[in-house]
Amino acid sequence: MSRLPSWCPWPFLQGGPASLVLAGLLALTVAPASAADKRSGYQDASPETQAMQDDDAANPGFLWVQQGETLWSGRVGNANRSCADCHGAAPATMRGVAARYPMFDARLGRPITLPQRIQQCRVERQGAAPLASESDALLGLTAYVGLQSRGMPMQVAIDGPAQPSFEAGKALFTTRQGQFNLSCAQCHDGLAGQRLAGSVIPQGQPNGYPEYRLEWQGMGSLERRIRNCLVGVRAEPFAADAPELADLELYLGWRANGLRVETPAVRP
Amino acid sequence: MVRVLISVPKRVKRGEAFDVKLLISHPMESGQRRDDMGQAIPRDIINSFVCTFDGDEVLRADLFPAIAANPFLSFAVVVQESGTLAMTFTDDHGAVQTETASVTVE
Amino acid sequence: MLRRRFLVLAGSGLLVPLAPIRPVNATPAQVAALIAELVGDAQIRDERVKLDLPVMVENGNSVGMTVTVDAPVADLRSIDVFAEGNPLPHVVRVRFGPHAGAPRFATRIRLATSQTVIAVAKLADGSCWRDSVDLLVTLAACID
Repeated sequence: MSRLPSWCPWPFLQGGPASLVLAGLLALTVAPASAADKRSGYQDASPETQAMQDDDAANPGFLWVQQGETLWSGRVGNANRSCADCHGAAPATMRGVAARYPMFDARLGRPITLPQRIQQCRVERQGAAPLASESDALLGLTAYVGLQSRGMPMQVAIDGPAQPSFEAGKALFTTRQGQFNLSCAQCHDGLAGQRLAGSVIPQGQPNGYPEYRLEWQGMGSLERRIRNCLVGVRAEPFAADAPELADLELYLGWRANGLRVETPAVRP
Repeated sequence: MVRVLISVPKRVKRGEAFDVKLLISHPMESGQRRDDMGQAIPRDIINSFVCTFDGDEVLRADLFPAIAANPFLSFAVVVQESGTLAMTFTDDHGAVQTETASVTVE
Repeated sequence: MLRRRFLVLAGSGLLVPLAPIRPVNATPAQVAALIAELVGDAQIRDERVKLDLPVMVENGNSVGMTVTVDAPVADLRSIDVFAEGNPLPHVVRVRFGPHAGAPRFATRIRLATSQTVIAVAKLADGSCWRDSVDLLVTLAACID
């Protein structure tokens, strides 16, 4: 008699033909969502939270977008160069860019996230010190660039040299972790749409980052959210900019392909 | 200096009310929270907001710690001619900041 | 240093994020006293005010609220909002001036727990009007 797969959250249901049927059903529910089933976290938020996101004049994320817009034209570093000096007007040149991140960086040999790319430009092309992780400035620039992809479908590529990172990210997503011994897939593939305490479990799609989260009372990156999830299952979170995070973000990005970018999103 | 986003319609009609929306970047520390060592984090909020049009009052608000972080304020204004809206915020340290927005009556 | 602190807290079985540790909340009696002070001798009636708040609050950190009064804006002097279940019950006081365009004010508020929120409007003739909403506030499932 086959045992239930390791990802089954009900380990006591083992043995007997009924368990095989159950295993089969669970296999169906724990599969990654197909294109038609992909749900943005927006759809699981309350109407009030949706309204906050829908109105640019009421969306607190735009405070960061405004800061990013200002920073875009600011000359910094040894090169005394602004983003605009190389990239011109962001609405034109950054259109569609965020929708393709994370992307594989051939020189680094691994995926790079959008905040990491911005930092790379700062250090290598502007000759400036990197911005502090989760700083308003970095969130602002990321949100400003992200805004230029708003409404466009996510298009994260996982072919060629990105494949090993993609597989590593997928493995992370489906591996049980932490004291609670839960994998991301168990909740966000298997139980999405159901409730944990008073909250609806979303699919965990990254199409709105950086986003304004009511729980944070501020803006934050996908990396911050993943860190929270890891703490949530009582696992040791990865260090900032750890390669595992980029692998996981690459997998999450691919998983969201087709969903429209909503940056700056508002979420509970 | 806090970042402020003011939303005013480009053109308004004489004597017809229009909405003003405001977002202010401020943590509005309530004074009720404790840090991870158990120390109380002191209150630090924007406690007063006054909006005037060419010097005459539109409204004034006394804000308390229950106003959410990154405050959002929305209210209606009515004017008879073009002019300037001035919005003044005062925080717990006594710092005063004024932002302005033009109103064009068509 | 931060990591050790994290492990100590995690090991204790209780991960305490930035959150209030059971502050003393206001009582309906305290709020009634505040309202009595505001209203003075005037009678307060449960009409004319519309306090717009969701009954099921998704996150108590930020709850959209609109207060609208059924009276000409020129007659409206002030709107006060009180939250019976918050540590500090007075939420906001708004006073209306000559250029106010509508008898309405919107903002986002913090609500500590499930409770009753009350809006009181005072008109130029001294009359006082009130609306209240009983709402439910749940804790987020995934803290921070």
